Amino acid sequence: MSIDVAVFGVMFVVVLGSSIAMLFARNAVHVALFLVVTQIGLAVAFLLEGAYFIAAIQIIVYAGAIMVLFLFVIMLLGVDRREALNEPLRGQRPLAVGLAALLAAEVLYVAYKGSDLITTGGGSQALQDLNADPGNVKALARVVFSRYLLPFEVTSILLVVAVVGVMVLARQMSAISPVSARSGSSVADKEEAA
Amino acid sequence: MPLDIPAVRLTGIAPEIALCATALLLLVIDAVLGERRNRWYLPALASIGLGLSIYFATEAWGTTRLELSGMVAVDGFASFVKITLAVFGLLTVWLGRDFLVRERAEEGEFYGLVLFAVAGMMLMAGAADLIVVFLALETFSLALYVLVGFRRRSLLSQESSMKYFLLGSFSTAFFLLGIAFVYGAVGSTNLYGGEDGPGIVSSFMATGASDVGLLILAMGLLIVGLGFKVAAVPFHMWTPDAYQGAPSPVTGFMAAGSKIAGFAALLRLLDVTLYPLREDWRPLVIGVAVLTMVVGSVLAVVQEDVKRLLAYSSIAHAGFVFTGLIAANDRGVSGSLFYLATYGITVLGAFAVVAVLSGRDDEKVTLRDYRGLFYDRPLLAGALTLFLLSLAGVPVTSGFVAKLVVFGAAIQEGYWWLAVVGMVTSAIAAFFYLKVLVVMYMQEKETEDAERVRSGPLSTGVIGLAALATIVLGLYWGPLIDVAERATLFFAGG
Amino acid sequence: MSLPAYLPVLFLVILSTLFAAGSMFVASKLSPAKWTAAKVEPYECGIEPQEGGVPGGERFPVKFYLLAMLFIIFDIETVFLYPWAVAYDELKVFGLIEMLVFVAILVAAYVYVWRKGALEWAE
Repeated sequence: MSIDVAVFGVMFVVVLGSSIAMLFARNAVHVALFLVVTQIGLAVAFLLEGAYFIAAIQIIVYAGAIMVLFLFVIMLLGVDRREALNEPLRGQRPLAVGLAALLAAEVLYVAYKGSDLITTGGGSQALQDLNADPGNVKALARVVFSRYLLPFEVTSILLVVAVVGVMVLARQMSAISPVSARSGSSVADKEEAA
Repeated sequence: MPLDIPAVRLTGIAPEIALCATALLLLVIDAVLGERRNRWYLPALASIGLGLSIYFATEAWGTTRLELSGMVAVDGFASFVKITLAVFGLLTVWLGRDFLVRERAEEGEFYGLVLFAVAGMMLMAGAADLIVVFLALETFSLALYVLVGFRRRSLLSQESSMKYFLLGSFSTAFFLLGIAFVYGAVGSTNLYGGEDGPGIVSSFMATGASDVGLLILAMGLLIVGLGFKVAAVPFHMWTPDAYQGAPSPVTGFMAAGSKIAGFAALLRLLDVTLYPLREDWRPLVIGVAVLTMVVGSVLAVVQEDVKRLLAYSSIAHAGFVFTGLIAANDRGVSGSLFYLATYGITVLGAFAVVAVLSGRDDEKVTLRDYRGLFYDRPLLAGALTLFLLSLAGVPVTSGFVAKLVVFGAAIQEGYWWLAVVGMVTSAIAAFFYLKVLVVMYMQEKETEDAERVRSGPLSTGVIGLAALATIVLGLYWGPLIDVAERATLFFAGG
Repeated sequence: MSLPAYLPVLFLVILSTLFAAGSMFVASKLSPAKWTAAKVEPYECGIEPQEGGVPGGERFPVKFYLLAMLFIIFDIETVFLYPWAVAYDELKVFGLIEMLVFVAILVAAYVYVWRKGALEWAE
């Protein structure tokens, strides 16, 4: 048994275990933390496949940034608040089961076919060559920083728009919502008291 | 693929660069100088940026090539749309200035976001790769989501911003999935293709017809994503709510700008790139067009809020532009351009009047508030009358000429029945424009206002300009149609 | 792929787990345990905790959310820095200029956020 298989086994147990734990955890913060574990486990899975870039993104963006946002949103809404359990959409559950079965079938099919499914752009052989010679991070960099130069720079403009948007909306939220305005003052009070 | 440094030529995106640089400068200046009482320099700076972008767009007129590794098309089509968008931007900035002063809202962000939105829309017009289309779409949509929620103290505005954001992200997801499917089907996302790699259609021809189903599915998804932006039925649900909740100057900008940007991308995608497959996409687009015309016109009849009424009218107008798109001939493309430009000016004028009349907090927008308007504010009522008549397509206004051109293009291609549907729905639509006129001229005002609303000098200027353009283009349409026709000349060559 | 390259990481994980568990175990055996009311209270950065965890059982101020969003946005930047750094030997000056433009645009956003006071905590 090679070490790859051993690592895969551990990763499999961790990812599956924490996903299931996520479904049954009662505290919203715990759910978020289990999600972090799942994300890190998936990053290991990407590493095993040799997808180094995606593994890094998985950690930096998903396990890092997105989860921080999740936690902050949970804090913002209050940890103790219970979600209402009645579902407005009728027949949601059977539909969800059906769609999940469909998705599972699709995943199994793709897993069975493997890299044979890649037909465009030179097929799976081209992908293997690419992974072997410059490695996929470098191959990606070559494309992003030469041919896709404009999309790359436009991304920074997009991020700036997002920054401005966040600033405007956050200020307006505190302008109209009495709740956040009050809790804002209570933090100031607390800091004074401290 | 070894790395080769691409040639960087910026003729094509110079207008966008000018706008983004101005917007960044404006945000930094506003943040550094702090909240002064009169920040006149911000709209002035924004106007300079927009003026510069008009200059750069005119410079690019006459050039036709692909730039930046085939990501951007420089052609007359892009220049035409960019100049039109810059004009919309100017009108919005001036109108916004009066609104912001009245509401005492933050100014820097407003102009910054409008400039970024215009830049994103311009990029849509010149984009020659689906990735660029997607990024441009996201940039201007994100700016618009925030602008819609720009009314402080208004829960309605926040709510509509939220709705618009959620539905908008949903539609963008469709668009992204469409890009992925296109890539899956043909292995390229480029609309033209060239020395940097094959385009969508050339790859498609090379791989044979086996993946045509996948490509058509992808096409459908792309049409959903762009159809949302131009408010086509059945992707129009956000329109009335977003139009109603947004500050009136922003509503006008959304109606004018996102429509022309969305249609610019649709025209390039369907009428140029996928022109060889037109028999495959036409049934789908015809269905959307008929639904859009009928639903927009019929639902507008029952509206009591002027902004919602104009929202449904904008849906109906999207349907009329589709007839030009479906024709897919030169006349259809130039007619669509002419239609979008004149509609944008007219609708901006209409929302300028609405903005002036809506008073503090932007709240007096129901038909009841317009009773007897003519006797109270004859000039404003007159201007609104003109805009509504143009939207209805009455002769001597630009709206009439625009409808004539797009329906004519459809008839030329043998879609006379589509033109008939357009005319019948126009007649239905005329009914609700007349309803507003009846309210303004033939009903009496209920109560006297405590404070009389005053039109700022900039708003008055915008209304005047828009009214002038509506009349002049209704009488002397020739020059603009000529320019629009020449814009399509270089269009297909790439 | 060659997994043995990651063996040091595995050792590090095992070692750090052992160290954490070991020190907790040793501390629980060696230290005297005297529980007072103050010691069992949840720790909230030195501020006296209140009922419900969050002050007055209310929500957190919106500033937390603002910071989280800003963090994400600037975090996306690193996504591009990573492949850029890997291919820097090939990209040379062209790549440097590209990245400088990208970063300069975001620095403008940073100046804006900073001067607007979004990073200041006390009102």
